[in-house]
Amino acid sequence: MNVTVDEEKCCGAGQCVLLAPEVFDQRDDDGVVVLLSPEPAEEHHAAVREAAAVCPAAAIGVR
Amino acid sequence: MSVRDQVLDYPIPNDAALDPPAEWAELRSTCPVAHVRLPSGDQATLLTRYDDVRAVLADPRFTRRLTAPDAARLSAEGGSVFSGEFAQIIPDGGEEHQHWRRLVGRWFTAKRMAALRPRMARIAEDLVDELVERGAPADLKAGLGFPLPVFVICEMLGVPADDRERFSYWSDTLLNLTRYGQDEIEAAQGEFFAYMSDLLAAKRREPGEDLLSELIAVGGPEDGGLSDLQILVTGMGLLVAGHETTANMIGKMVAMLLADRTRWESLLADPSLIRTAVEESLRLDSNSGFGLPRYLREETEVSGTVLPRGTTVVCSMAAANRDEDVFDAAGEMDLRRSPNPHLAFGAGAHSCLGQALARTELQVVLEVLLRRLPSLELAVPVAELERVEGLAVGGLATVPVRW
Ligand code: HEM
Ligand code: SF4
Repeated sequence: MNVTVDEEKCCGAGQCVLLAPEVFDQRDDDGVVVLLSPEPAEEHHAAVREAAAVCPAAAIGVR
Repeated sequence: MSVRDQVLDYPIPNDAALDPPAEWAELRSTCPVAHVRLPSGDQATLLTRYDDVRAVLADPRFTRRLTAPDAARLSAEGGSVFSGEFAQIIPDGGEEHQHWRRLVGRWFTAKRMAALRPRMARIAEDLVDELVERGAPADLKAGLGFPLPVFVICEMLGVPADDRERFSYWSDTLLNLTRYGQDEIEAAQGEFFAYMSDLLAAKRREPGEDLLSELIAVGGPEDGGLSDLQILVTGMGLLVAGHETTANMIGKMVAMLLADRTRWESLLADPSLIRTAVEESLRLDSNSGFGLPRYLREETEVSGTVLPRGTTVVCSMAAANRDEDVFDAAGEMDLRRSPNPHLAFGAGAHSCLGQALARTELQVVLEVLLRRLPSLELAVPVAELERVEGLAVGGLATVPVRW
């Protein structure tokens, strides 16, 4: 799995971090998404797909 | 007559406290771009399909400039949370809005919320203690739903919670669509403004460790911060947004889960469902309020219908959240539904800034209630629950419970 994030679009809602904290984080100074793991381990795939589906800014890509 | 041939009154009248009006399903399937008449008498275009609502909310051509001369007025009285001058002081879109959002957003990250969680649980426990002490039956909304989010947002902003009765009233008038007269609204806004100015002056003299003090500390626009007026309006906005919406949602969520007590029992048996149960309550909330109005600055097409420039669109997220094309068994409450990309918090660049906070508060309330009051049940039949009318944010008047 290959994950991308679009910092420009991200509105800092933090949904991704709530769902997959091993894969996503947010910058402390403005809440913008930080991708911790562009190629997450198998066990996180379901959570990452869910994060991509619910991200309000459609800022997460999964391939 | 079908919904296609008439101009519907909006909000669509609905007596049922928890169920949606029958018109939603009909609108989605036969008339996704509908003509409606607002309380002011002005006409607008109502969207009810998931894909349309999501696309419009994320599209910057649909602006929040409801003060434009040809935009529909929502209520006859004028000033509301959507169209008041206050709403225009926070940048509406583009880079300026993003700048504002990121300055304030650092306070609302998932990590910050995780750190606040034990404190929220403490507050909820104390409120439940008080409920138990006073005895059943009790109004869950007054006893827990309202005070919890108020205490939390007051602590974050550094606002004395003792003043909560006052800003509860101010926020009621700001969110008003039909309930208050223009004089009352203006007087309340003036008092709220003066209150916030005094509070900010005190923080300038003696900064605390709160959101408002830190916004002041960043400096003015020349230092990459906000103007004094923007800080003031941000403070007012967060105080209003931070309590009315979540407070009502706590009451509605608990009512939905108790309306069919097998739901409550599933949660008791498996508390790991709390997270998805909160999302499903947000999705199924049929009483979420007015929806989101947008003003169209250029001609655009939605679902095959051309909307001329100057159109005022109302997005019904609650109707969109029940769209069968997107959600399987959309009318059913499925506490395990996942993923659940509902639109209760909007979508796109303006999507709710406080959603991590709201979610955490809702989860904490459920955790604490399930643990402390497992025998909780509604103290009146569902049919007797009453909606609050006239506010931009929907809610139940009271949520009578016993345990
Ligand atoms: C269940 C509770 C809540 C619901 C259903 C809710 C819903 C919404 C919705 C639908 C929007 C989008 C407005 C638009 O697009 O024009 C919004 C925006 C916003 N919400 Fe919430 N909200 C809730 C709780 C909160 C809380 C707790 C706060 C924080 C204190 C908050 C602060 C905000 C702010 C500041 C915005 C404006 C964001 C912007 O324009 O960029 N909300 N909310
Ligand atoms: S869920 Fe989307 S908008 Fe929210 S922080 Fe993650 S990437 Fe950004």
